[in-house]
Amino acid sequence: MAYPKDRKYTKEHEWIKVEGKTGTVGITDHAQESLGDIVFVELPKIGAQVTATSSFGSVESVKAVSELYAPASGKVTAVNEDLNQTPEAINEDANSAWMIKIELSNPKELDGLLTAEQYEAYIAEEK
Amino acid sequence: MSNNDIKKATRHVIQNEGLIFEKSSPGKKGYRLPPLDVPEVDYKKALGQAAREDLGNMPEVSEMEIIRHFTRLSTWNYAIDLGMYPLGSCTMKYNARVNEVVARLGGLAEAHPYQPEKISQGALRVMKTLADCLLDITGMDAITLQPAAGAHGEMTGILLMRAYLQSKGNPRKKILIPDSAHGTNPATAAICGYAVENLKSNARGMVDIEALSAQMNEDVAGLMLTNPNTLGIFEQEIHKIADILHDKGGLLYMDGANMNALVGKTRPGDFGVDVMHLNLHKTFSTPHGGGGPGSGPVACKKVLEPFLPKPVLVQRPDGTLGFDYNRPQSVGRVRMFYGNFGMHVRALAYTMANGPDGLRQTTEDAVLNANYIRKKLEGDYDLPYKSSSMHEVVFSDHRQNEKGVKTGDIAKRLIDYGFHPYTVSFPLVVHGALMIEPTESESLEELNLFIDAMKSIAREAQEDPDLVKNAPHSTRVSRLDETAAARKPVLRWKPAQAKSAGE
Amino acid sequence: MRYLPKSPADRQQMMREIGIQSIDELFAPIPAEYRLNRDLKVPRQMAESEVIDYFRECAEANAAGYGVFLGAGAYRHYRPVVIDSLISRGEFFTAYTPYQPEISQGTLQAIFEFQTMVCELTGMEVANASMYDGSTGAAEAIMMAVRVNGRKSALVARSVHPEYREVMSTYSQHQGMPIAEFGFRENGRVDMAELEKKISEETACVLIQSPNFLGVIEDVAAIADLVHKKGALLIVSIAEALSLGIVKPPAEADIVSMESQSFGVPLGYGGPYAGVMATKEKFVRQMPGRLVGEAKDSNGKRGFVLTLATREQHIRREKATSNICTNQALIATMATIYMTIYGREGLKELAQQNLAKAAYAAQEFGKKAKVLFQGAPRFNEFVVQTQEDPYDINNRLLEKKLIGGLPLKRFYPELGNAALWCCTEMNSKEQIDAAVKAVGQ
Repeated sequence: MAYPKDRKYTKEHEWIKVEGKTGTVGITDHAQESLGDIVFVELPKIGAQVTATSSFGSVESVKAVSELYAPASGKVTAVNEDLNQTPEAINEDANSAWMIKIELSNPKELDGLLTAEQYEAYIAEEK
Repeated sequence: MSNNDIKKATRHVIQNEGLIFEKSSPGKKGYRLPPLDVPEVDYKKALGQAAREDLGNMPEVSEMEIIRHFTRLSTWNYAIDLGMYPLGSCTMKYNARVNEVVARLGGLAEAHPYQPEKISQGALRVMKTLADCLLDITGMDAITLQPAAGAHGEMTGILLMRAYLQSKGNPRKKILIPDSAHGTNPATAAICGYAVENLKSNARGMVDIEALSAQMNEDVAGLMLTNPNTLGIFEQEIHKIADILHDKGGLLYMDGANMNALVGKTRPGDFGVDVMHLNLHKTFSTPHGGGGPGSGPVACKKVLEPFLPKPVLVQRPDGTLGFDYNRPQSVGRVRMFYGNFGMHVRALAYTMANGPDGLRQTTEDAVLNANYIRKKLEGDYDLPYKSSSMHEVVFSDHRQNEKGVKTGDIAKRLIDYGFHPYTVSFPLVVHGALMIEPTESESLEELNLFIDAMKSIAREAQEDPDLVKNAPHSTRVSRLDETAAARKPVLRWKPAQAKSAGE
Repeated sequence: MRYLPKSPADRQQMMREIGIQSIDELFAPIPAEYRLNRDLKVPRQMAESEVIDYFRECAEANAAGYGVFLGAGAYRHYRPVVIDSLISRGEFFTAYTPYQPEISQGTLQAIFEFQTMVCELTGMEVANASMYDGSTGAAEAIMMAVRVNGRKSALVARSVHPEYREVMSTYSQHQGMPIAEFGFRENGRVDMAELEKKISEETACVLIQSPNFLGVIEDVAAIADLVHKKGALLIVSIAEALSLGIVKPPAEADIVSMESQSFGVPLGYGGPYAGVMATKEKFVRQMPGRLVGEAKDSNGKRGFVLTLATREQHIRREKATSNICTNQALIATMATIYMTIYGREGLKELAQQNLAKAAYAAQEFGKKAKVLFQGAPRFNEFVVQTQEDPYDINNRLLEKKLIGGLPLKRFYPELGNAALWCCTEMNSKEQIDAAVKAVGQ
């Protein structure tokens, strides 16, 4: 299942999975595939504030950089440090290679995001 | 496909060679110093805590080994001296040998930058003569030779614009940059404190005049334009572009990377450019040297002259040349001393070897060569923009991509055919771009070999795409794993590596 | 034109195949009113012998064969002939940036060796493939420090090369990066008390030069302590790279920005030279410029590639670490060959000779004038203060085919009749004695 239904998606190709007040954020399988081999991930520090639709970091392949956009606003409570050493984990399984966890300050922002079906339709159209 | 299709190159044994550190062993020497004619000093005593213990892993090798080491390395490089080097927007032309000879003349090569002006008149005359030539070539009023490279020239030029606008009361906020521009343009604008606004090209690959009119306002300091642009297309409405900018108080910056298409045929100063840089290492034949040195003189109109970096080269009332440091409105220095003087010498030698007739013929041949390639290859490769080409032509891999062959693959396959690849995947406005600039330095025979190679690769892409996708097949190393190199960067040699790494 | 490999018949044939009657048809996109219908005003086409004659005349109008006591950021050292012999190989000097690694292994491996040697000499963990020169490299180092720690302002020692400081201020002026200066003490070393007073939580970095412009070697470790306590980065700029043959590397620094001209690069009236930037591994992604890294090919064979390119302008555009593109690869190759020739022992021996020459000269000058900034170690430069205007002394020296020290009035008016003298292995005892004789004559 390339796009699990337990989460929501942005048009910038991030996913967010909400449990209670915490949102876990990563990039989609489609995003990792179009980037190619990921060599580096730049993520914020724990405690940083992120704002919906604003950049919170970047992912890099050998010859491209792609900004990461926050699906929702809030405070960063956890960062997946493993990605520093093994960025290839994102290529291997983008759905489990999470990047940051956010304590959501405005869960209503999620209403504007895409469902798995909508996202799949969106990328089909983009192609 | 067989190697019989490859006419330009034959495989040939070349030497292996390790890293210099792997040849080092204590006691070998590549030097001998003359005896010291003053009393010896115990440096450890003189320096105390600042004294160094040892020089770690610096190599110890003999002169013979040094010659072989670097000669062997050199044979692993492709070079203009070996054949056509059709990198688009890089202008890989012949680097004349006389340039190297004159740049090494003792009085010039050994001149100290702080030696008194009265014993530097020869060096200053070289700079003045080159400056005068470049002013007539560009049609501008004033010039600085200080910037060390193209991007450095861009920075200087944008600083001039900013200082000028500031003197009028408002430096403004934005610089417009076409989507086809070289990456240095936006990076430069950012360093100079400007926001970058993207300007879309029209269907003909030129600046969209309507979009420019709509985007131009009192917040915009100016436009950075490459002309001919990176598609090799001359901006036919250049004067309209200049007018739109000037009407709103903005300025037109020209990136002179592609000046090889214009020298002796038209002058940026005449078509409305306010400030521009030249790349002496492109248009004026100074060597690229595997990535530098360059030299990026900046020429401008009269109104920008007061802001030029200091010092400014001037002729004094007594006819001698010297530097004027008293420039209150100057943007400041962009480099210590006076620029890459050694490149000024070479560029002037090139200009003199050509003269007005040679420079014009050079431009004509460069444009002729590009158009010949275009004509011969347009049946085999997709030409996304049909506007006339100047000194370079940009194809796309659209047709080859149907078999999964991309521009990068075609480029690698060219290596097997004995050529350096063209510029790959640039400009960004063309998906899968093949950007080809032959320069004037190629004979008809070499051009035909290149065209045959490209045609042959186009056939291979249809009949045996894997052959192209796995190229090159004939180099001392095959495709390198750049992903692994970037994930776990190894940026220097360490002794521990020595055991595992040997060739 | 002798560089153009085409006969008139070739051109005719090509035009025919393109389908044009005249070459001017290819220039039709240029609006007629902007076409140049005259010859350029440049010298007429010259024979090779004429070109050589012209430049020989220029070279002769310049000083040649003089004894030189100038340093101040450009040093006259002996250049082994092997350097020019090797870098004159077309495969080095007529190649482009090594973007195609399969046919650029020579340049790539040479730069990898350069990076390694710079690390060995400076005590840093990583070094880039070169910057334009020491002055722009220092400016880029400040920009890098600002990116690393997110603070905005910089403190620069007044004992840093004045032209480096001018370049830094040009670069920083529109980046919201204020630069303040702090002074030096009587022994020529930085004024730690003033530094301590001026450094704050806003200070991104402190930049010093060692040996500094006055010839004095700084106590890098002590400065680093102070700077790091305030959470700022220490940048050490090195203008005289040869000093590293005997001077302790500034390993306590966070960034080292070095001019490598001393390593076999001709003085050339100020350029081209090559800067180099070195730093700690943890800062590498904020470093500007090209980097070469080791890689394996599909058969497991060692090779080298340009790596971490996403920092650079061709990918990141306005968000790049720098706008630098062309660097100084050939000059870096010269420096690599020079460092290889002298190597582990030779750089030390050579540096010792420089130290001995300067020590002898300073001692001799001290008999007739005042040598300033005593009490701290020096390498090959020292400041002499005279009764007489140093320009007058220098004019007398010119008659003896000697170029005296750099008068400092332009940069440090408070030092009065002071000049910065430099002695390298190229200055003989006779030259030194003759120069001393001219002082207070």
